[in-house]
Amino acid sequence: MSKIPNASETVPEAKQQKKRSRFGEIVHSIKRNKSAVAGLIIIALLLLILIGSLFIKYEAVTATSTANRFRTPDLEFPFGGDNMGRNVFLRTIYGSRYSLSIGFLAAAISTVLGVFLGSLAGYYGGLVDDIIMRASDVLASIPGMLLGMVIITVLGQSLQNLIIAVGVTGVPIFVRITRASVLTIKNQEYVEASRAIGMSHLRVIFTQVLPNGLSPIIVTFTSSLGLSIIVAASLSFLGFGVPVPKPEWGTLVSAGRNYIRTSPNLMSFPGLFIMITVLAFNLLGDGLRDALDPKLKK
Amino acid sequence: MSDVITRHEIVAPPETANDEIVLDIKDLVVHYVLENETVEAVNGVSLQLKKGQTIGVVGETGAGKTSMALAVLNLVPSPPGVIKSGSISVCGSDVLKMSTKQLEKIRGKDVSMIFQDPMTSLNPVMTVGAQIAESVKYHENVTNDEAFKRAEEMLELVGIPKARAIEYPHQFSGGMKQRVVIAIALACNPKVLLADEPTSALDVTIQAQVLDMMSELKEKLGTALVMITHDLGVVAKVCDLVAVMYAGRIVEYGTLEDVFNSPKHPYTEGLFGSLPNIEDRKAELIPIPGLMPDPTKLPVGCAFEPRCRYATSVCRDKRLNNHIVSDTHTVLCARYDEPGFNIDLLRGGENNG
Repeated sequence: MSKIPNASETVPEAKQQKKRSRFGEIVHSIKRNKSAVAGLIIIALLLLILIGSLFIKYEAVTATSTANRFRTPDLEFPFGGDNMGRNVFLRTIYGSRYSLSIGFLAAAISTVLGVFLGSLAGYYGGLVDDIIMRASDVLASIPGMLLGMVIITVLGQSLQNLIIAVGVTGVPIFVRITRASVLTIKNQEYVEASRAIGMSHLRVIFTQVLPNGLSPIIVTFTSSLGLSIIVAASLSFLGFGVPVPKPEWGTLVSAGRNYIRTSPNLMSFPGLFIMITVLAFNLLGDGLRDALDPKLKK
Repeated sequence: MSDVITRHEIVAPPETANDEIVLDIKDLVVHYVLENETVEAVNGVSLQLKKGQTIGVVGETGAGKTSMALAVLNLVPSPPGVIKSGSISVCGSDVLKMSTKQLEKIRGKDVSMIFQDPMTSLNPVMTVGAQIAESVKYHENVTNDEAFKRAEEMLELVGIPKARAIEYPHQFSGGMKQRVVIAIALACNPKVLLADEPTSALDVTIQAQVLDMMSELKEKLGTALVMITHDLGVVAKVCDLVAVMYAGRIVEYGTLEDVFNSPKHPYTEGLFGSLPNIEDRKAELIPIPGLMPDPTKLPVGCAFEPRCRYATSVCRDKRLNNHIVSDTHTVLCARYDEPGFNIDLLRGGENNG
């Protein structure tokens, strides 16, 4: 292990090197990765914003006033006022709950479904594998946005359906990742050994195989958080997302685009939030990938 | 070690008669059916094992030893593996006729297996205690705490302090990992234990430790043990019975004394001839010439014929019959049909193991 010049943090770490657990090893590796730390800090700030937004009343973000129409940014209205005189700053802060929860829940849906199907496909092989993988190929062959629109059109426009739509579009990636990692693990002797002590196939998958193939899944989950937020925002931008007047970030960008010449602040601030959030999750995802992949260790 | 004694008293039920047959394999045939050929891994193996007995199954790589062991658990990988015929009864019930549910019930409880390589047969992300407890939880109606307690007991039984139950496999040495594997296999006190080359991956001093421990445990728990190995030294150390396998058949079967003191099959003779002699270090080893036959093209008669110095023109095509040497000793060789035939023991006088 080579040491980084500014070793103020790494020196006390080095002393405990022997006692570090696997988790500690990962934390250490992320700490040394500056972009991952930046990602973590941004995510922490976003969580603070999310907590702060719980104190904002829904009425405050939907209240209109003619006096504040297209108000230029100032201390009270840091992001300005929109076409109906609503406080865009409050709306953006309030909107974090939608964007973040959509991102998180959608990624969770993709993970649960994808990991389950992928582990069945990888473990059983044969016909089960063929059916699951071809179905997943079909799903993956439809562009994500289009698939999302179709699902929302069929199910109807609402917050839950947006989450479901975004979640389903993310499933094929997880199926692939999980299947690949299950394939490498299922022939290990401890899998055979756990069959020999009488474990059923499903139990073997969930107690023996999956815990060993978790790292790529964790990394994919982190990156897919960012991706889900983008897809959800894009769907909202196109009018398939959270119904107005709820201030989801994509909806805000969409609402502001008519006034991009006169009041660019209406569109750019929520857009900036989307960008920074996605960037943060991707940075953390990359950092985790490096930390969890022993081959990339320096 | 007081734990050990109490455990022994609990687990060894006195009502079972000592000559109870716990494992009975009859005419087992296991083939691997590939696209354009069939690998004949096991061709008509019969074995009987009584409670507390140990049988050593010896043979080269590819002789069908592991396939036989996997068949006892009905775990032959399928496809391509097919158990063509035969019956295997463990404690009186035929494993080949059981449903998956029933199989999962007896695996680990009535019959358990120790795999060859302790480095890979433990799950790297679970603590060893949890892995032992897993088996107990699965087969016995106990709470998590009780199962973990049992796991700790098992660790002590195999000579590992119970405080280490919360450690992960990578924190153990090879010999200790193998002991953990043995602890897992013995956790539910199985009646039959299949040990598939349990010491091959270990160095010699650790081998001795593990073998001593296994013989000790076997005595204590009354487990019948099938010791699969290609190390005749291991067989001499722990086994009561010996089965020499070649190309999927048992070519010689007898007690340890029968086989080691008066080997009858030319292949057994060859195996002993290949062992270095500690008293006469300059003596040249006499290897068995040639290689194992292609298991996809086995002859009707003796598969060892091309490598056998006693072979005659009839050996290859003559269907083989077990030649009975004594009550306990049989040999599968066509030449014994001729009255008066006997192998001449290349190195007389030092063939006592």
